[in-house]
Amino acid sequence: MANLKLQLLTELLKILPEAGIIQDEETLRPYECDGLSIYTEMPLMVVLPDSVEQVQKIIRLCSRLETPIVPRGAGTGLSAGAMPHREGVVVSLAKFNRILSIDADARQARVQPGVRNLAISEAAQEYGLYYAPDPSSQIACSIGGNVAENSGGVHCLKYGLTVHNILALEVVTAEGDILRIGNQGYDSCGFDLLSLYIGSEGLLGIVTEITVKLLPVPETTKVVMATFDRVEKAGDAVKQIIAEGIIPAGLEMMDRLAINAAEDFVHAGYPRDTAAMLLCEIDGMAEEVDEHIARVSAVFNKEKAGCIRVAADENERQRLWKGRKAAFPAIGRISPDYYCMDGTIPRSQLTKVLTTIQSLSDIYQLRVANVFHAGDGNLHPLILFDANVAGELEKTEEFGGKILELCVDAGGCITGEHGVGVEKLLQMPYQFDPASLEQFQRVKLACDPQRILNPGKGIPQLKHCQEYRSLSQASVGRHADK
Amino acid sequence: MPISKDISLDLQERVGSAAESKTPLQLIGGNSKEFLGRVPAGEPLMVNAHKGIVDYSPSELVVTARAGTTVSELQNLLAEENQVLGFEPPEFQGQATLGGTLATNLSGPARPWRGSIRDAVLGVRLINGLGEHLRFGGVVMKNVAGYDLSRFQAGAFGTLGIVTEISLKVAPKPAAEQTVCLARDQVSALDLMTKLQNKPVPLSGLLWIDGILYIRFSGAEAAVQSAAKRIGGERLMDKEATEFWMSVREFTHPFFSGPQPLWRYSVKSSCADFDKTPVLIDWGGGLRWTREAASMEPMRQFTEAGNGQVSCYRGGDRQGEVFQPLPPGLMRLHQRLKHAVDPLQLFNPGRLYADL
Ligand SMILES: Cc1cc2nc3c(=O)[nH]c(=O)nc-3n(C[C@H](O)[C@H](O)[C@H](O)COP(=O)(O)OP(=O)(O)OC[C@H]3O[C@@H](n4cnc5c(N)ncnc54)[C@H](O)[C@@H]3O)c2cc1C
Repeated sequence: MANLKLQLLTELLKILPEAGIIQDEETLRPYECDGLSIYTEMPLMVVLPDSVEQVQKIIRLCSRLETPIVPRGAGTGLSAGAMPHREGVVVSLAKFNRILSIDADARQARVQPGVRNLAISEAAQEYGLYYAPDPSSQIACSIGGNVAENSGGVHCLKYGLTVHNILALEVVTAEGDILRIGNQGYDSCGFDLLSLYIGSEGLLGIVTEITVKLLPVPETTKVVMATFDRVEKAGDAVKQIIAEGIIPAGLEMMDRLAINAAEDFVHAGYPRDTAAMLLCEIDGMAEEVDEHIARVSAVFNKEKAGCIRVAADENERQRLWKGRKAAFPAIGRISPDYYCMDGTIPRSQLTKVLTTIQSLSDIYQLRVANVFHAGDGNLHPLILFDANVAGELEKTEEFGGKILELCVDAGGCITGEHGVGVEKLLQMPYQFDPASLEQFQRVKLACDPQRILNPGKGIPQLKHCQEYRSLSQASVGRHADK
Repeated sequence: MPISKDISLDLQERVGSAAESKTPLQLIGGNSKEFLGRVPAGEPLMVNAHKGIVDYSPSELVVTARAGTTVSELQNLLAEENQVLGFEPPEFQGQATLGGTLATNLSGPARPWRGSIRDAVLGVRLINGLGEHLRFGGVVMKNVAGYDLSRFQAGAFGTLGIVTEISLKVAPKPAAEQTVCLARDQVSALDLMTKLQNKPVPLSGLLWIDGILYIRFSGAEAAVQSAAKRIGGERLMDKEATEFWMSVREFTHPFFSGPQPLWRYSVKSSCADFDKTPVLIDWGGGLRWTREAASMEPMRQFTEAGNGQVSCYRGGDRQGEVFQPLPPGLMRLHQRLKHAVDPLQLFNPGRLYADL
């Protein structure tokens, strides 16, 4: 290993200035994990290229030395996708932080992958445009990370996920070739490689440039909040709004624990004594917004909401959202640790799944707070735990795994937006049969024959799957014993 | 409800025996788009008997149908619940199937605002070249587990396997729709298209032909009224408007007929005007059609520098390439991916590109 490291270093110094290579333990430390800090690993080194030629050379070098490469954006991922490889190099895209051009007439922007999500909308603002997908982490996360995870956000219900808002990518392949995928028009000839690369978790190539679609900022945006004394009623209201033929810009749900934590933290003005709350945002032309807000309010009334409040002005709207956006850190204040899950289910299953999660919470004796994208059926149960209590993390992980399986059983999937990373490898065989997993592996090999890009993430090797099956058998046995 | 029939086991068997005898297969759905792509080769395999609705949950905005279901049958079913396929696919006299629509990734005039079939896909089932029946994606709005091999099928012309089942996101039928017309030359029409698209108005169509700009708005009644009023112009009667947009979507508009090859340019919407006649501009400038006796090479000048791509939609030399040729690196990747899914090259050989 020491030899390999030395060789790598010698060769890397021919590609990058010394300042672009991090290898002392102290400076490496912040890179040991992403936003899911229960998984950590120290890399051999971190490199910070600032040109596509450097990326190309780094990849070719690593390919020659068969050294694993882990691409990294802002490190806010929640599935340990950017967690380093012990024998590998982290390629940070932090220096790719320029917005290259904004073409207002074509409503698109060319950006580098290290640009923060929010920075794109900020730069587009002077043209009356914005970039729609808005993960709650948007002040920090990078657009390259968004592409790699196919990130979603509050407004994806109406405006789609990352995959619906990208026109073109420049990708450096595992062999160091530069590919241009997509173009400035809507369609491309050949395979839909954008679909393949978006959401591929850094396993198929390093993205070095991105052309995003921009949209005109809506004329009017309004939000209505409603509280319910039973989660079930809130779930029904969600279904009913969609059935009305209304597509809200955002439709989010929070439960009692989340509401109170958020209220304590940012004083958003939420009524505390309630089982569930919905935030429904409508945007568009003034006339349309008023009509839809009225219809949504009528649905809330019919579903016997306790309090229904339309934000009177922009200030109040911002305040209502502030509570939602701060919900994760707010939960962080009431528990030493929390673990965020990310399954998606059909909307019709909301009540059933939430109720089952509650009973699992009783069984495992771990509290759960729910804050999530209800309109999309994308759940984020936050399991509250204390890593300092022996065995509690393991119990939390087991509980989390059960929640993901529950989502699959309900007709959904194990991850709606955070990706599989390391975290959900074990649940992959619960969602996919062995033949489909093998098909994924063949696709991976087509793009990365040496498996040097982000190995050990995203797609399980079949031997893992067998381990998993025997593991889950064992855990079924354990519970039956109780 | 459309007729329902599951022949997936037969199809798997057919793939198995094709693999054994190394006989390439030509996949045929409704055969409504035989003219598209390069000349078909291989032993014909009808896949349209695999049809029917697997599940439709209007309140989920999701429908799952077997790939042989016709687009018309599906649209009729959705209409009963006041829902539509947002991407407005052509129905080709009721012949077009869902599978063929995905394979060719064809979408109608609303595409820039409501997306394509690729954007609506949530999941597929697929028989690969090993005869395995696989499932990718699902029936939920968000699903990032595994590579997205479902949207990946869009535009692949069946070269990546037999798609047997498709789950799609559907859209509520817009409450109101209105089309207005303005007389404009090509340059000023393009200019106005750009201006309009930069405003938050409920557009669902922007098309220019023969000196007239057609502007369609869809959405809540009040919003459509007010947007149309702000534009002015002459309002088309509803029936006339429906027929007009239908004629574009179904290629029955007179522009599309005639012996000369029909060229399709998917380009950046704000691209300069095309100095050609005749020209039809759709998708707010993002899609341009021309008719001319020409070959692929000279047509590419309009799509250089990543502006977009050109294909020969109908007519012309269909032994040669009809889709803009790929640079070598991309072609290599296509070949490898094809091999990963269909190692014996059974499905629709050469339909997309000669070397695929
Ligand atoms: C408080 C909080 C809230 C969040 N809310 C949301 C939310 O609402 N919606 C949502 O979808 N996610 C959310 N996330 C998760 C996370 O922010 C997203 O997954 C984000 O897209 C990750 O971006 P990043 O730049 O931090 O990527 P990283 O964490 O650095 O990397 C993520 C993955 O992308 C790969 N990668 C990064 N850059 C590149 C590149 N240029 N080329 C190839 N591969 C690359 C990495 O290898 C890794 O696999 C949240 C996270 C936090 C901490």
